[in-house]
Amino acid sequence: MLLGFTSYYFGRKKAYSIQATNTRLTALPQFYGYYLAIWCAIPAFIIYSLWAIFEPSIVKLIILSDYSNQGYLDDELNLIYEKTKSLSRGQFSGEITPYLETSAEKYLNLRSIAQNSKVVLILAIIIASIVYGYKRISSNNRTREPVEKFLNAVLFTASLAAILTTIGIVFSLIFQTIDFFKVIPLFDFIFGTHWYPAKAFVRDASEPLDPSMYSDTFGAVPIFAGTFFIALIAMCVAIPIGLMSGIYLAEYASTKVRQYAKPLIEILAGIPTVVYGFFAALTVGPFLKDIGTAMGLEVSAESALAAGGVMGIMIIPFISSLSDDVITSVPQGLRDGSYAMGATKSETIKKVIFPAALPGIVGSILLGVSRAVGETMIVVMASGLAANLTFNPLESTSTITAQIVVILIGDQAFGDPKTQAAFALGMTLFLVTLSLNIFALRVVKKYREKYE
Amino acid sequence: MNKNKEKLLNSRYRAEKRFQFYGKSAIFLALLFLTIFIFKIFSTGYTAFQKTWLIVPVTFDAETLYLDENPSKEDLEDADYFDLALQTMFDLDKSASEKQQNDLKRMVSYFFEREIKRELLNDPSLIGKTKDVYLTASDDLDQVFKGNYPRDLPEDQRRVTDYQLKIFDQLVEQGRVESKFNLSFFIYPDSREAELAGIASSFMGSIFSILVCLVIAFPVAVLAAIYLEEFAPKNRFTDFIEVNINNLAAVPSIVFGLLGLGILLAVFQLPRSTPLVGGITLSLMTLPTIIIACRASLKAVPPSIREAALAMGASKMQTTMHHTVPLSMPGTLSGTIIGLAQALGETAPLILIGMVAFVNTIPGSPLDPAASLPVQIYIWAESAERGFVEKVSACIMVLLGFLIIMNLFAQIIRHKFEKKWS
Repeated sequence: MLLGFTSYYFGRKKAYSIQATNTRLTALPQFYGYYLAIWCAIPAFIIYSLWAIFEPSIVKLIILSDYSNQGYLDDELNLIYEKTKSLSRGQFSGEITPYLETSAEKYLNLRSIAQNSKVVLILAIIIASIVYGYKRISSNNRTREPVEKFLNAVLFTASLAAILTTIGIVFSLIFQTIDFFKVIPLFDFIFGTHWYPAKAFVRDASEPLDPSMYSDTFGAVPIFAGTFFIALIAMCVAIPIGLMSGIYLAEYASTKVRQYAKPLIEILAGIPTVVYGFFAALTVGPFLKDIGTAMGLEVSAESALAAGGVMGIMIIPFISSLSDDVITSVPQGLRDGSYAMGATKSETIKKVIFPAALPGIVGSILLGVSRAVGETMIVVMASGLAANLTFNPLESTSTITAQIVVILIGDQAFGDPKTQAAFALGMTLFLVTLSLNIFALRVVKKYREKYE
Repeated sequence: MNKNKEKLLNSRYRAEKRFQFYGKSAIFLALLFLTIFIFKIFSTGYTAFQKTWLIVPVTFDAETLYLDENPSKEDLEDADYFDLALQTMFDLDKSASEKQQNDLKRMVSYFFEREIKRELLNDPSLIGKTKDVYLTASDDLDQVFKGNYPRDLPEDQRRVTDYQLKIFDQLVEQGRVESKFNLSFFIYPDSREAELAGIASSFMGSIFSILVCLVIAFPVAVLAAIYLEEFAPKNRFTDFIEVNINNLAAVPSIVFGLLGLGILLAVFQLPRSTPLVGGITLSLMTLPTIIIACRASLKAVPPSIREAALAMGASKMQTTMHHTVPLSMPGTLSGTIIGLAQALGETAPLILIGMVAFVNTIPGSPLDPAASLPVQIYIWAESAERGFVEKVSACIMVLLGFLIIMNLFAQIIRHKFEKKWS
């Protein structure tokens, strides 16, 4: 860092000195500074990262070469290495053999050699590259172009972050999912009607996997049904309220009402979902239960209705502001034409504007559905965690997201079908919401183009 | 004929009125939900900012403390306060049976001996004297005093016994019960005992994760937005990046949790339950939000600015870095703050990477295990003890307070500094 700043300073100073000799510079002085700073940082950085990647494995190789001719297995060698490391850090609590002690000493020794040589090497490289860059500056080379090319490359790399994230998501899901389907046939997963991951919990890790043990354990139909069902309840709340308030705000409301009502409704979207979950579990659930008992119905305190209803409240603002936007962008000419024919305002809305805005509204509803499907905390806290195959809104059901949380909360053992099941569910969720989003965005985009 | 027409017209007008009424009631309903919601949270939560103390006379008897004469500071530090503390509680009712003595002990918090110890360490001259000491009441009595606990339940359905209530009422009569501002809620870490649980650990966890998120997401997002808006050639590949960003913005947050678990924890072996991992996961989640906001504000800078700079001989890079980007900063910053506010309220991905672990120390760096405010809400909401209900609401109030401040800040930046191009 410090070297970077000093080299910037030197580069600029050199540039001024060239300027002082009345030679015309090919770039602004600070570009010479940047140029030198980049020369100073990049080669050193590359070497540093290479070093960081290769150092541990080389050290390991040297340490373990002592043991190589004693007929240990790979796993045992790894264990020895781990022991050596923890011993050298002074955190080892097992039996200390003289062998281990010598290798721990050797390890520390190697580490300090590595540390020192790293510092020396990197300093040398920095100095060498600075001298090289400095020479090029002195000959009054072009510096703006390389600096800008470098910046451009940095910008481009940053824009790859989004793609890397997507790739990361797919990779983190796909391997576990494939492993899962090696044990559980895809068919059983999609069409099985029993979901009891708890059954797979107790397994002796030393025994080989027995696929027959898991038959009838990972049938995802109850979860898919529950997800669909809760989303349906949520949309039953969100669509009428969201759509009507969107229409009212766009067509009827005075500027003053709009100015206050719109941000107030949008607050609903800003409230964290865990807060909704708490609200659903503490207030709505018991409230529904009381009403149900008063009417002689048996209502579970953790009902699908409570979770779905609260989720619907959460989605209202998504639908209302999107449909508001969509309706406002319907051309005024359509409205004027309808009024001229003697239609009232509501008739115009119902018969002219609504059909014209329909694709956009459908798009906004689909985005709402994708929200509902991906919502986690409300379901985890307000609806049950047991996957019942039921369409009674008064009983508890579970969703894909809730099951992922149930399985992965606490410690996870990678390689266990139960953990892999969560990743398989995540994959399903990712694919479903992805296709919903792509479809919805395309519909909205098409619609926008139509009126632009 | 005319009458029919009038009838039709009237019914059409009625339909119009009805439709307007639907619209109004939809908005009314939405706002009603919001009001109920906020009212409910505040009405259950405000009591958590008060804490009930029992004022109990403590006799600092050197013998019960097993201390010699003229004890040094270290002696006081190492002394065993438990017997003294027990004796203090038993003295409230000298005729108590063994079972009742146990009840007496449970009237104060689990760590009441520490409160007595602190008193003595502050003033070592107290030995041999008697002094009134403030002891934290147990969470059940705390709830009773605040009126949140129904006293008319049969005894076997309550966690407070009749005997405890009797002694408690005596203390109230003597003016030995006091309610004071609950500072410990803000400075204590999480605890299994509701009366001692505080938000300090989860608060620091939230701060650290948000900082990590900011440090990673902001530069990357701004650079990516600059590239896509100003430099990217229009081709298949940049289109692909754009579609990618739009889709990532709508991917459910729990999928990012799986990403954190599957890549950051399993492949890179980063430490579990830490704000570092949480922050990285959240930054991936907020990245598209910030990119979209930043692109929008870059787009809003009129082309005339760019053209003027280019006409003066500036390179494309100079134009962007010296003119376009600074002018777009207000929009970018407010977008970033809104993205961070979203990340601050996120729970599900943090649960998956293990930030639900019980943490009873205040984390000092992003590498220490921690919870975060929303996760703390989840943890407390799942625990059965009555005392935690008001804590959850109070924690929600703190969280909502932060979100409101962040959003206001974003608004102010936008309105104050954004240039209106006409």
